[in-house]
Order: sequence, then C-alpha cells, then structure tokens
Amino acid sequence: MNTIVQVEGLRKTYGPTIAVDDISFEVHEGEIFGMVGPNGAGKTTTIECIEGLRKPDRGKLRVLGVDPQLHGHLLRTRTGMQLQQSNLPDRMKVWEALDLYSSFYPRAVPWPELLGQLGLDEKRDTPFAKLSGGQKQRLFIALALLPDPQLVFLDELTTGLDPQARHAIWDLVRKVRSNGKTVLLTTHFMEEAERLCDRVAILDHGRIVALDTPAALIQRLGAEDRITFSVQGGLPPSFEKALSGVTRLEIQGENVVIHGNHRNAVPLISQVVNQLTEAGIHFRDLRTGQPTLEDVFLELTGNEMRD
Amino acid sequence: MKSLLKMTWMETKLFLREPVGAFFTLVFPLMMLFLFGSIYGNDPSPLFNGQGTIDVSIPAYTAMIIATTGLMGLTITMAAYRENGILRRLRTTPVSPLIILIVQVVVLFLMTTLGMLLLVLAGKIVYNMHFDGNPLNLLMGFLLSSLSFFALGFVLAGLMPTARTAQVVGMMLLYPMLFLSGAGLPRELLPETIKRFSTFLPLTHVVTLLRGLWIGEAWGQHTTEVLVLGVMLVVGVFISTKTFRWE
Repeated sequence: MNTIVQVEGLRKTYGPTIAVDDISFEVHEGEIFGMVGPNGAGKTTTIECIEGLRKPDRGKLRVLGVDPQLHGHLLRTRTGMQLQQSNLPDRMKVWEALDLYSSFYPRAVPWPELLGQLGLDEKRDTPFAKLSGGQKQRLFIALALLPDPQLVFLDELTTGLDPQARHAIWDLVRKVRSNGKTVLLTTHFMEEAERLCDRVAILDHGRIVALDTPAALIQRLGAEDRITFSVQGGLPPSFEKALSGVTRLEIQGENVVIHGNHRNAVPLISQVVNQLTEAGIHFRDLRTGQPTLEDVFLELTGNEMRD
Repeated sequence: MKSLLKMTWMETKLFLREPVGAFFTLVFPLMMLFLFGSIYGNDPSPLFNGQGTIDVSIPAYTAMIIATTGLMGLTITMAAYRENGILRRLRTTPVSPLIILIVQVVVLFLMTTLGMLLLVLAGKIVYNMHFDGNPLNLLMGFLLSSLSFFALGFVLAGLMPTARTAQVVGMMLLYPMLFLSGAGLPRELLPETIKRFSTFLPLTHVVTLLRGLWIGEAWGQHTTEVLVLGVMLVVGVFISTKTFRWE
C-alpha cells in the first residue's frame, strides 16, 4: 500500500497554546482517513500544516512524497482542498466559479461533467450567495475535484448541514474514494467518522489518543451493549440482581437504560426480557443499541464533546 | 496567462454586477456633469481663465472617479475578499498572489478609463467640449494618478482589520477630499485658507495635474504633482507588499 501522507512528530504552537503536540500518522492510498475530535483538538491545524498553509514548528511532513513547505506549488496543483471558512464572491455564478478555477490547473477535469456528478446542473447559473449550505459544500467539493487530484482534503465538510444534505455529501465522498482517490478529512461528528472513514485518528488536546478502523476502536472498548425501555411504576429492587453482566443501570422517570457486557453466556437482552416477563412488568419501547464511536471517544478522553 | 485573462473577465463582470461600485464609477460622474452642464453650460468663464465649466469639470470628475475607485472600490473588495475567505480559497490553488493583485489593478483601471471615456463622450456630444492637450500625456497622467491611488487603496485594505472599518476609513478620507481638492467642485470657489490646506491632499495633485495636461501644459509645470504621486505610488506598493494578508 502506498503512503500518500506521512506525518512524524508534528508540533505547532500559537504563542503559549500548544495546538498540535507531537502527532504522527500515515494516510494510505485509496482510503478515507478521518481526524475526529472536539473543536480545538488540533484537527484543522494539523490538516493545514499538511496542506502547506501553515508552517509546523517541528516534525517531518511528506505529502505525495514532497515537503509541503518546499513544494507548495506542486501540492496545490495535485491536491484538492476544501477549507473551513472559505467563500466565493457572492455574485459569482456556479459555472463561472468552475470555469475560473479550471484555468488554474494544467490538467483540469472538464467542469460540466463535475456539475452533473455533484447534482449542480440546475444551479449552473445561480450566484454563490443564493446557494443553500449543502449546495455550497457540493460546489466546494467540485472545486476540490477539478485538478483531478490524487489527494483530497475535506475540513469540517458537513458542519452546519441538515441530516439529508449530510447523507448526500457522504455518498459523494464515498464516490470520490471509489474513483481511486485518497481522502483526508476532519470532522467533529463521531457518526460521520464512523460511517464514512476507513481509519480514524481521535484527537484530543493536540494529541492522537487512538488510531484504528472505527470497528476495531469500538471492539477495543469492550463492546458494551445498551438496552433501553420504559416501564410504568418502576422496577423491583430484585430486578438488577437477577441479571448478570450489567455494568450500569440508569433510571430516569419511566425510562430505564441498562449497560452491559457484550460477551455474556446468556445475551443480556434475553435476560432482561425474561426477567420483565417473569415479574409481570409491563414494558414498552424496548430498544437495543451497540456502542458507537462517540462512546469510544467519551471513554478515551473522559470528557464531553465540546462544541 | 489563461488564468489572468479568465480572472480579469470574471472580476470585470463582478464589478459591473455590484450596483454601488458601478454607479459611482460610471453613472454618478455623468449625473454631475449633466447637472452642472445644465446650470452653467460650457461658455468661456472668467472664473476659469476663459475655460468653460464642462472643460474644467471633465478632468476634475476624472480625478473623482480615480479616488472613488481607489479608496472605495479597491479597498472594500480586497478587505472583503480577505475577510470572507475568498483569498483563502484562491490560496489553495496554484495561482500566484501577484496575479490576483494584478487582476484587481487591471480591472479597476479599465473601469476608471471607461468612466472617463463616458465623461469625454458626453462632453463632446452634448456640450461641445474643448481639449487642447496631448492625448498621450493626458493618458500618462491618468495612469500615474490611478496607480498611485490604487496603491493607497491596497495600503488601506492591508492595514484595516475588517471590510467594515476599511469602508468607513475609506469614506472618511474620500469625502472631505472630494470637496476640498477640486474634484467635486472647482477649487476656484474655495476660500484662500482652505485652498492652502488642500495642497496637502493627494487628490488635489491629481486634479491639478489632469486639468493642466487637459489644456496642454507641459510636464515641467507639474513636477510637484508628478513627484507627490510618484512617491505615493512607490511607498504605497512597498507598504502594501508588507501588509498583504491572505486571511
């Protein structure tokens, strides 16, 4: 597997603040690699160092085999970047933006094709300011794909989008990967990382606290199951004692949440249903849930998501 | 080269789509010309040493266009492009920052020229305008004046933290200057003390230079103006390269 991005001992400070503290990882060809973490974890600083937009204080960076600080022009020609907080002039139309940006690249993809692929055909003549958030992001993806890049950077791609637009964008990013391109993205949505990324680096306070596939990260957590249901009139005290493998039981009004070990002789869900039936307790809205990357994050960092 | 042309065309279209900028560069000076033309006509006037009001006003309004474009159009565009992340987005492409700046200068110079041509055309057709100068000299003086004011605009855009402050400061510099420099109304109407004060305003030198070249005065009679505007250009370019920020 070819290494597309290599980061070794990256460090970046802003005055007394350490934004990125000794980060190392590699991104392989053809994967979607995600950096996740709360705002202020150092994701954007890391990605902007890799893009060559910021100069690291320390550390070795290799992107497509070159140092971003020394060969910025080459990187800007062969990678596509979508940035947090960037814009186009309000009155620039969609087709004009694509046409203008095409002229910057030696081997640009024909932009009318991209317009269709990203579902922007009908918005061709719409000024930038009149686009919805999702349409703007699709246009930025189109601009990032214009140079026919080997590597695409997507920084906080779906922040501020509604769920429907978010799912549409995820489909697009998967399509980008299936065309053989490598994607390096940042997000503070754990669900996005879990659904979209092949591998995930979890960042907190400028450091990588875990790096693996989403499934392996969840597995490593010890795979806790979660069972929720509602009862009227509460549970008898003997209820919890009758179950084996319960790690935590929460009762909030009528709602009960049971956390338990996944590797039980008798699956926890069978135990719970048996107990409820035997005790003649009337229950409703029974659901089971597997742990998510968000649980992994909370476990690893011991703190709430800071938005 | 391809991107330079594409970007120039794009920025020209964007300029014309922005009603406020286009109005002050292309329409407002014409309105002034017709207003004062309809009041005073273009008969020789003793106030202007025998020149007509229109003959005096066209170079003065040209100076007004230069100042408005440099201090408002350019300053606001550059500060807003920086503030809104438009420069940030351009920075991720292989296009050179120099091209981005050159395009702004070229487009605004073309628009300023268009504004002057409209004035000349209206003066010629409606008021039988007189021009006794050398067209090439006038064009050179026009170019020097435009570039030195654009340089001032870049300095302002670089120094001001936001587009809003750039706009306010640009207006604070522009409006008094329009009234006191002879660009908006002839200096001949101003009292002696204000006239003396107004020689410190850069726009006064543009008005004096363009009015002089308009009636065929030689460059030698305008060394002060050329020197002031030349220094402003060089210092402005120097400062703006130091203060240029992508974000």
